[in-house]
Amino acid sequence: MWSIISVLVENKPGVLFKITNLFRAKNFNIDSISVGVTENPEFSKMTITTSAEEKQLNQIIKQLDKLIDTVEVKLLDEKKSIYRELVLMKIKINKPSDIMEITDLANAFKCNVHDVRKSSMIVEITATPDRIDAFEDLIRGYGILEIARTGISALERGHGNES
Amino acid sequence: MADDYGRVSRKPGVCFATSGPGATNIVTGIATAQADSSPMIAVTGQVPSKMIGRDAFQESDIIGITNPIVKYAFQPMSAAEIPEVVKKAFYISSTGRPGPVLIDVPKDVQQNEAEMIFPSEIKIRGYHPWVDPDVKQIERAIEMLLTSEKPIILAGGGVIISSAFAELQTIAELLMIPVVTTFKGKGSFPENHPLSLGPIGMHGHAEANKMMVEADCVLACGSRFSDRSVGTFEEFERHLKIIHMDVDPAEIGKNQTTNVAVVGDVKASLRIMVKMLIQKAIKRSGDSPWLKHVNETREYFRQNLKLHPHPLGAAKLLRKLREVLPPQSIVTTEVGQHQMWASLFFDVIHPGTFFSSTGLGTMGWGFPAAIGAKAAKPDVPVLDIAGEGSFNMTENSLAVSVLENLPVIVFLMNNFSLGMVAQWQRTFYDRRMIGIDLKNCPDYVKIAESYGAQGIRAETIEDVGKAVQTALKSDVATVIDIPIDPEEDVLPFVAPGTSLKDMILPS
Repeated sequence: MWSIISVLVENKPGVLFKITNLFRAKNFNIDSISVGVTENPEFSKMTITTSAEEKQLNQIIKQLDKLIDTVEVKLLDEKKSIYRELVLMKIKINKPSDIMEITDLANAFKCNVHDVRKSSMIVEITATPDRIDAFEDLIRGYGILEIARTGISALERGHGNES
Repeated sequence: MADDYGRVSRKPGVCFATSGPGATNIVTGIATAQADSSPMIAVTGQVPSKMIGRDAFQESDIIGITNPIVKYAFQPMSAAEIPEVVKKAFYISSTGRPGPVLIDVPKDVQQNEAEMIFPSEIKIRGYHPWVDPDVKQIERAIEMLLTSEKPIILAGGGVIISSAFAELQTIAELLMIPVVTTFKGKGSFPENHPLSLGPIGMHGHAEANKMMVEADCVLACGSRFSDRSVGTFEEFERHLKIIHMDVDPAEIGKNQTTNVAVVGDVKASLRIMVKMLIQKAIKRSGDSPWLKHVNETREYFRQNLKLHPHPLGAAKLLRKLREVLPPQSIVTTEVGQHQMWASLFFDVIHPGTFFSSTGLGTMGWGFPAAIGAKAAKPDVPVLDIAGEGSFNMTENSLAVSVLENLPVIVFLMNNFSLGMVAQWQRTFYDRRMIGIDLKNCPDYVKIAESYGAQGIRAETIEDVGKAVQTALKSDVATVIDIPIDPEEDVLPFVAPGTSLKDMILPS
């Protein structure tokens, strides 16, 4: 079971280090992490995904909350949130017809195709992790040369009581 | 020194170190303060701001090194920031669950000048040190205590930090509940009180461990359920309803599953509980079968627990010390066998007068800590129950004691070896002894005298009593060197990884 934790932190040097060092010191694992400044430049938002059982997850959230540089820590409910990851995949072109096949698959998954060459092409997919996995499965037969993932970004749906 | 000054005065103690090796030398001191939630501020020097990151002479990334062991760290980059940083450091260090704060000041920032403007109030968005205790949870706690047959109170270090002695004692007496403590909580409840059972844990009192195991409901006040206190986590909570009061929400459910959680300052929570009990006129008599059983068990162990036969056995020595040392004296300890003997045989009468490095277990802590305590309370006698292995590590603090006129007493239980390690090698490693023999080196009387302090060798129980009395009158530090039996073990003993019910008793 994986969980998405959204952490609003002070936007200043060393905060990412404190968060990741906390995970290390407590023997928790980070599956993915994405960080960016928010609409208010004083804050950054970190989206952390982790696969931990409930007791450990509670500890992670409490320990994060305890850090003085964290302003708000939320465990996001998958159903009540929008969450996406962006992945770039460099795929091997074995024969010219591969380009068309891969492009068709990419279109079906609403991916963007970039940098088509004789021996490789790059596909950009932005989706939920399970959809990305499904696409990766389909594409694996052609040969994946390289992959880069951003980690998940997430926002809760609605505002105030709307959610 | 700064650590125990903080523990005794409940105001942050401040220590200074230079950059590089000076800073890395205080890492152990900072970690000790963090492990025992002690308010302390460490100010370190740093290379000039323009040199940071260039591997300059005596540069160390002390912010990075200490990150997991400080409550917070600051590195002011201009002189103008310093007043606000200092005010914030004191605020963070001393509020909520106290802890060490680091201020790392680059050399140019130290030397620049700026106007001293302190902010009138401190606001830190991500820091909420105290929440008001939830009254409903306290009601549930009372209900649970009243409906259980075999309740017990476990008092931890939080009772001492928040100075909740009177509240704790009132609740224990109103509900007639026996009190055990953690080692850190030793002396949060007078150990000569009829409801006191003493510390539980690896080297807890036999009666405390036994009653803790038999209890069906525990009111844990300011305790983090350390492995040294509870043994195995799963076994401890198996037949126990747990009410957990703690100022740190992250402690709730960390090591034990809690039935009722009261988050908030322990003193505030206990005070609300006292008010409720008085309003509802709840009072219990002392004739319950549980309390009778508790008293019988305590009596049994007091009569039947075998003590080491040596004329300078630990129990005899520490009981003698208790006899001659005024009850309001502050006692610190080092780390090792003598520390655990102090836990077993030295009764703390005045709450909040016993201090030890309990979490990190830092050898060499007790002597400088005693000097820090003396600085905080100069009118009270201060004594360090020590072993020579630990004393070796910080014996040079004799210079501070003498030069700063802070006379303390070192009660040196000298077994010529690293006794606790020796005990484990005897017990768990088939007497394969290595690296524990300190022989008769150095001569502690001469060491003391060479610093201008007083050294006394005491070789009989009578000598020990007299030596302490002489030391109490002395205006310089006194080291009392007491040769004890190197083969004496600390017993009872709950072996690591086992539960309190598997306690090994002296045979």
